[in-house]
Amino acid sequence: MIELQNITLAFESRTLIKEASAHFTKGSMVALLGRNGTGKSTLLRAMASLGAVQGGDILVDGENLNDLSARDLARKVAFVNTERVNVEALTVHDLVAIGRSPYTDWMGRVTEADEEIIARSVSIVGIDHLMYRSVETLSDGEAQRVMIARALAQQTDVILLDEPTSFLDLPNRYELCLLLQRLAHEEGKCVIFSTHELDIALSLADSIALVDTPHLVHRATKDMIVSGDIERLFDSEHISFDAETQSIRLHR
Amino acid sequence: MQNRELYTTILFVALVIGCVVFAFLDIITGTTYLPIDDVFAVLCSTMDDATLETIILKMRLPKVVVSMAAGMALSASGLQMQTLFRNPLAGPYVLGVNSGASLGVALFTLATPMLGVASMHWLVSFGITGMAWIGSALILLLVMSLSRKIRNINTILIVGMMLSSAISAVVGILQYVGSEEALKSFVVWTMGSVSTVTIEQIKILVPVVIVGLVLAIVVIKPLNMLLLGEGYARTMGLNVKHSRTIIFLSTTLLAGTVTAFCGPIGFIGLAMPHIARITFRTADHRVLMPASMLWGALSMLICTFVCDIVARSGVMLPVNTITSLLGIPVIIYVVLRNSNR
Repeated sequence: MIELQNITLAFESRTLIKEASAHFTKGSMVALLGRNGTGKSTLLRAMASLGAVQGGDILVDGENLNDLSARDLARKVAFVNTERVNVEALTVHDLVAIGRSPYTDWMGRVTEADEEIIARSVSIVGIDHLMYRSVETLSDGEAQRVMIARALAQQTDVILLDEPTSFLDLPNRYELCLLLQRLAHEEGKCVIFSTHELDIALSLADSIALVDTPHLVHRATKDMIVSGDIERLFDSEHISFDAETQSIRLHR
Repeated sequence: MQNRELYTTILFVALVIGCVVFAFLDIITGTTYLPIDDVFAVLCSTMDDATLETIILKMRLPKVVVSMAAGMALSASGLQMQTLFRNPLAGPYVLGVNSGASLGVALFTLATPMLGVASMHWLVSFGITGMAWIGSALILLLVMSLSRKIRNINTILIVGMMLSSAISAVVGILQYVGSEEALKSFVVWTMGSVSTVTIEQIKILVPVVIVGLVLAIVVIKPLNMLLLGEGYARTMGLNVKHSRTIIFLSTTLLAGTVTAFCGPIGFIGLAMPHIARITFRTADHRVLMPASMLWGALSMLICTFVCDIVARSGVMLPVNTITSLLGIPVIIYVVLRNSNR
């Protein structure tokens, strides 16, 4: 569904990822792991065509990202970041409706078919009851779900999420990731999200993409656990990763 | 949500009626009151009264047209700036349209006595408006070209404000060295007026404002997408640079032209989009854009009316003072609301 071919990414003059290749398929949830500043966001932004690629190609559905018009790309790839959208008097409905932009006319008129898609998107993320609430009044967890409903309304095969769990409490983090898993398995989406939640990633994601500067390693979750890469990457003076219990252990 | 649609429709109808009523009141009031029956008769051309016709068609009607055009233009440009900069306090004047125009006018009023053309009134009148237009357009072009280089939209806002202050300082210096006569004509312009615009000027003002308003309508969908920020807008298929250019162009045409012809009319552009948001309870520009335009038109018609009423007691208030008194409470309300969030 989305394919990286020998891509090289840099932030300013620093090379983050060098000649990495990976293939992410439909119907699977991919967790993007890596230490701070290793280029998780840069990679996601590049896949959403928000940032430049220094080398290599990104293919979506077999087509090169650079050859797609902005509107066509918006029908294939949706993006969700951590930024909280606070707009006065903007209702959940109207925000999700903006997600229909790649399909609506020059005025952005929403047809009845669009309305059905909006209603379904809102229903999938479980916030039907908030439909006409102003987004300013929502909790962080609810607001994040609205942004995901907006991405769903875009009807793309790929949904990219940049640290979607970062402002949420523990139950909400699991709830959100379960929702993402459902989108991948039941709606057949290719869901790629960056995260620092090792336990969530290991227990829920179908595969793990690990930024191991300057490489990008992509393996099925169970293979990744036994590969030893996680241990190596997350080992520090004070902690280590225990593959057997799939958890972080403190050295005392 | 059928109730909501009904509510929106009723509000629109009420606003249009309000505009018609105040447009009519503006025609009736001036240095003399005109009888309502006679006004109707002249407008429907069932009465032949040359004097009355001249007053209505040459003085009162232009005043109404200019008020409406100015109000619609200023609030439509204010709404675009607020959404583009994602800042409730953004407006054409914050970006320097005001100061750019005043620099143009200050330069002109200072230069005319030296050129010896001060006695040619039509040249002075067109010179003032022309220079104001050039000044504001240049500042907006400068801010626009900066915006192509600077990613962060708030940085552009700050640069615009600094530019604005720097130009005001230069204008201050010009005022200091200018002659008394030059100073007087400059001050007259800064006070703002909708009734000094001539028919010839209206022939330029109205078409330009219409072009600006059409552009503002063209960017309704981009503005909705930009509500979520430029990153989201791009991932939803928006050509952000392209849209930004149209928005800046529209603002230059709208705010620049109105400022050139009517002087700096403050706070309408900043306050009326907020009034539209509060009354229509929406962020959707498909409603907000026409709503802002109508509120802008209505508020300017009211301000003109108040000016006329006050003028009858012998005090000629510049329209600027009335718009400030009307707009500033709204701005304070918005600032307080945001600080409590």
